[in-house]
Amino acid sequence: MSSIGTGYDLSASQFSPDGRVFQVEYAQKAVENSGTAIGIRGKDGVVFGVEKLVTSKLYEEGANKRIFNLDKHVGMAVAGLIADARALVDVGRDEAVNFRNNYGQAVPLKILTERISSYVHAHTLYGAVRPFGVACILGSYNDEGPHMTMFDPSGVSWGYYGCAIGKARQSAKTEIEKLKMKDMTCRELVKEVAKIIYVVHDEVKDKVFELELSWVSKETNGKHEMVPKDIHAEAEKYAKESLEESDDSDDEDI
Amino acid sequence: MDARLKNKVRPGTNMAAMSMEFWRNGPAPGALYSFPGASTSSQKCPAKHTQSPITTGTSVLGMKFDGGVVLAADMLGSYGSMARFRNCSRVMKVNDTTVLGAGGDYADFQFLRDTVEQKVNDDNCMNDGFQMTPKALHSWLTRVMYNRRSKFDPLWNTVVVGGIQNGDPFLGIVDKIGTAYESPTIASGYGAYIALPLLREAYEKNPKMTREETVGLMERCLKVLFYRDARSFNKYQLAVCTAEGSSVEGPFSSQTNWDIATLVKGYE
Repeated sequence: MSSIGTGYDLSASQFSPDGRVFQVEYAQKAVENSGTAIGIRGKDGVVFGVEKLVTSKLYEEGANKRIFNLDKHVGMAVAGLIADARALVDVGRDEAVNFRNNYGQAVPLKILTERISSYVHAHTLYGAVRPFGVACILGSYNDEGPHMTMFDPSGVSWGYYGCAIGKARQSAKTEIEKLKMKDMTCRELVKEVAKIIYVVHDEVKDKVFELELSWVSKETNGKHEMVPKDIHAEAEKYAKESLEESDDSDDEDI
Repeated sequence: MDARLKNKVRPGTNMAAMSMEFWRNGPAPGALYSFPGASTSSQKCPAKHTQSPITTGTSVLGMKFDGGVVLAADMLGSYGSMARFRNCSRVMKVNDTTVLGAGGDYADFQFLRDTVEQKVNDDNCMNDGFQMTPKALHSWLTRVMYNRRSKFDPLWNTVVVGGIQNGDPFLGIVDKIGTAYESPTIASGYGAYIALPLLREAYEKNPKMTREETVGLMERCLKVLFYRDARSFNKYQLAVCTAEGSSVEGPFSSQTNWDIATLVKGYE
């Protein structure tokens, strides 16, 4: 499935003859092996959903969160190597603080994303360091509306209306494309995000998972926060019911 | 202009002599220029940073009541004896359990305020529901102020911290040399001489005053301070913290009566 880059994959400072940097591609593999994370930009805000795979029953509930606050108005959902992700969260937080100290205002999402992705890119230039095995979706909301961006281990970043990273990103993208997200509010999107995570979750390969949901919207006054427990429960219920419905309809076809 | 030129360019002097005259009182080549007003010691002293405050705030008052604390400070930034900036907020809400007020250099207060606000932001980013307590803030401020004074570079402020600690009201003060203590009644600046006796008298009579009684007493003290402190102003804010949360209220003004002023000798 993956091409072997024998000899040209030993360090990030080497190109292969067909112009690929294999180390960066291997880093992207690390992202592909982690639980799915999706972000949807709606009419009045951004919603994140993460399929947090629980590998042991001994873990505390709610441990090892995969959605972080970089500043009170910016949230980040991550996929890939969690330790690398936490290092980037610290970088992002420092950049946000420095911007606020210098310019007296909250850092715009585009600028913060560029700063972090430049940092990630810098680690793809030298043989002495390895690239970050993380992809991150960032979101914020201000007077100009909602904003959402994503960057991956290569350091490339784009603005998005709908975005998915992690193992089930292809099927998640298909589901996201079915939505008319530009006309939906965050309240509606929270349920759809929960449903998509439940739909793409592979019951066979990964049994237990925790659903993490967060949002930043006009309703939260531009503050990024985890979705309140009651709305979270409602969204999960909707997701589970939708799954059962589709299961029933599958049986009927047979 | 002519007199200067005459001194510098005397008829008959050659060019070399003229250039020395132009640089009268300046350094010999290779030496450092001594700026007017600098210390006259010939050797280099270690750099001194002890400052004088420029724009200053006057008294801050604080008092506990049954169920919370209230801080009060007027909104004046004095420029020496000039009442220059009349909309300076000197109290702030830190979080739902803590409020803070400061007198002294306003720029140093702005620096402290931005640093404290960033600490609150960091707490919020952690997203675990934890908020800094008033006692923790008081302790942190004490360390900062004391360490700065030990470097001969103080933050020229007296800071009053109030809030709810473990369900009980907390009120503490830290000054620019790092002296820190807690008390049910607190006042800094001229307030320590004029308002504190009034606050203490009322507290000793009734340690469990209501919020309304306490706010009334603070307003009375601020009125007296406006009459008697030459660097005060009749526009103030209150910062109140109770179990329900904290807020900054204002600006308010006291009703004052200056009728006796005409009777004072030298009024005209």
